[in-house]
Amino acid sequence: MSLPFHPGEALAGGALIGLSAGMLLLSIGRVAGCSGIAARLLGRPDGDSGWRAAFVLGLLLGPVLLELATGRSVTMQISASVPVLIGAGLLVGFGTRLGSGCTSGHGVSGLARLSKRSFAAVSTFMVTAFLTVFVVRHLLGAAS
Amino acid sequence: MALLSGILFGLGLALSGMMDPARVLGFLDPAGSWDPTLAFVLGGAVAVSALSVMLSRRMTRPLLANRFDLPTVTRIDRPLLVGAGLFGIGWGLSGFCPGPALASLSLGLPASVVFVIAMLIGMVPHDRLRRSTKAAPATSGRA
Repeated sequence: MSLPFHPGEALAGGALIGLSAGMLLLSIGRVAGCSGIAARLLGRPDGDSGWRAAFVLGLLLGPVLLELATGRSVTMQISASVPVLIGAGLLVGFGTRLGSGCTSGHGVSGLARLSKRSFAAVSTFMVTAFLTVFVVRHLLGAAS
Repeated sequence: MALLSGILFGLGLALSGMMDPARVLGFLDPAGSWDPTLAFVLGGAVAVSALSVMLSRRMTRPLLANRFDLPTVTRIDRPLLVGAGLFGIGWGLSGFCPGPALASLSLGLPASVVFVIAMLIGMVPHDRLRRSTKAAPATSGRA
């Protein structure tokens, strides 16, 4: 089960994500970190709730706009079972808060700022993610 | 601006294929049929993001706010590494990280709804804990 690789779309999509992070930085001076933005919306509303809600709304609109503009649907294949999704969701939620960021905050923005903390975080979550996939797919032999 | 920024982020995720957990897991599986997409997406994103960081360092303040509000903590501590480690396990199990998971809600798949609800629940205990120990000097910052 391997998907066709489109390097052009990958780079262009990546550039759009970088542009998004750059825009937030240059306009309001903030980091486009998805986990932090989502988590802080759960707390008591404050002066930053407005832009955070707007960002999340945009995040939801983006894929729909792409579908409308190109007429093709965004494909998603989710192989994990419901209990695994729940466990993984809890780990991702708790881990990104404890570790102060995820693939966007540490990855896209942190690496671009040459933050040592972000380099440490990205290396750590890449290693545990690679190991997890190896264990699940090749040691436990789940269908891939 | 934040709305536009969110839209670009969502467009980028959707265009690059990063909303598809199967593709993310393909990247995380070099022992299988490896999918290099994520490396290209992250590389492209970091390159463009780095240009804006360079530009921001020549500015005294952002265009629409009084100051840059960026993480100031530089210490690599245990919460950072443990948190990133746990996040990686969850990411590897599901193929979902927070951005694509949120963006995928717009496609209305029950599995992404389940994941996002669990993720939001997972975020709560840490933030509650930190709020209750606010008197202590902050040791944790964003990204």
